Amino acid sequence: MSDDEVKKFLYVNRKAPYGTIYAQESLEVVLIGAAFDQDVAMAFLDDGVFQLTKGQDTKGTGLKNFSPTYRALGDYEVTKLYVEQESLDERGLTLDDLQDIQYEDEDDDYAEKPSIIVVSRDQMASLMAEQDVILSF
Amino acid sequence: MKFGIVVNEGPYTHQASDSAYNFVKAALAKGHEVSRVFFYHDGVNVGTRLTIPPQDDRQIQEQWSALAKEHELDLVICIAAAQRRGLLDENEAKRQGKDADNIAEGFRISGLGQLIEMGIEADRTITFGD
Repeated sequence: MSDDEVKKFLYVNRKAPYGTIYAQESLEVVLIGAAFDQDVAMAFLDDGVFQLTKGQDTKGTGLKNFSPTYRALGDYEVTKLYVEQESLDERGLTLDDLQDIQYEDEDDDYAEKPSIIVVSRDQMASLMAEQDVILSF
Repeated sequence: MKFGIVVNEGPYTHQASDSAYNFVKAALAKGHEVSRVFFYHDGVNVGTRLTIPPQDDRQIQEQWSALAKEHELDLVICIAAAQRRGLLDENEAKRQGKDADNIAEGFRISGLGQLIEMGIEADRTITFGD
């Protein structure tokens, strides 16, 4: 491939934000990866949908609450956060339970737009099939 | 085909590093190229030279080191994950004021950029995890 070819990267997040380190170390990859100017998206499914919930409070656990970082992803040009509808449903969650995450669309006079895109399980499968690189956490 | 390999789980507790090792060996035997093996999360623990598994068990770190030597493999341990888990090379130990280092032969410590770069350059990126 040529040096300037852009690949489609999908970071797949399947685990709850706390309890294991996967979600936090996944975010570290995404933030570093932003410097490489690839076509990046994140997917949230299974317990991974809990990563985006609002009102996370880690006081008393000694763990760092890294959930505000998701709202900063737009500044890193990570603007596509695909959330699987069935995973939300199975956990009694709706879009209202998730943080309001937005990005400024530089192609549209920096209008603020939602980063979260809710997709069905079938759509998620198609999305994965379109990727060049999938990193699963 | 050029493969990039990600190992996300630690040795012995999980089979991921065994499966990755067997895959890499098989791919190389078939004439494929393995551009890099990137160790992340607890996978970084594969790279300590201080493990002493029972004699009748496989020696995971030594297997990787030997394979790296034979095929000039690039075995990269993520620095951020390594620092959390007590994996240090000589330079890092000195820089952080620690009294020991433990990186095995054939492994090197570097940044997460190496993971993304591997994904860009490889034809296929394969993750071995839980």
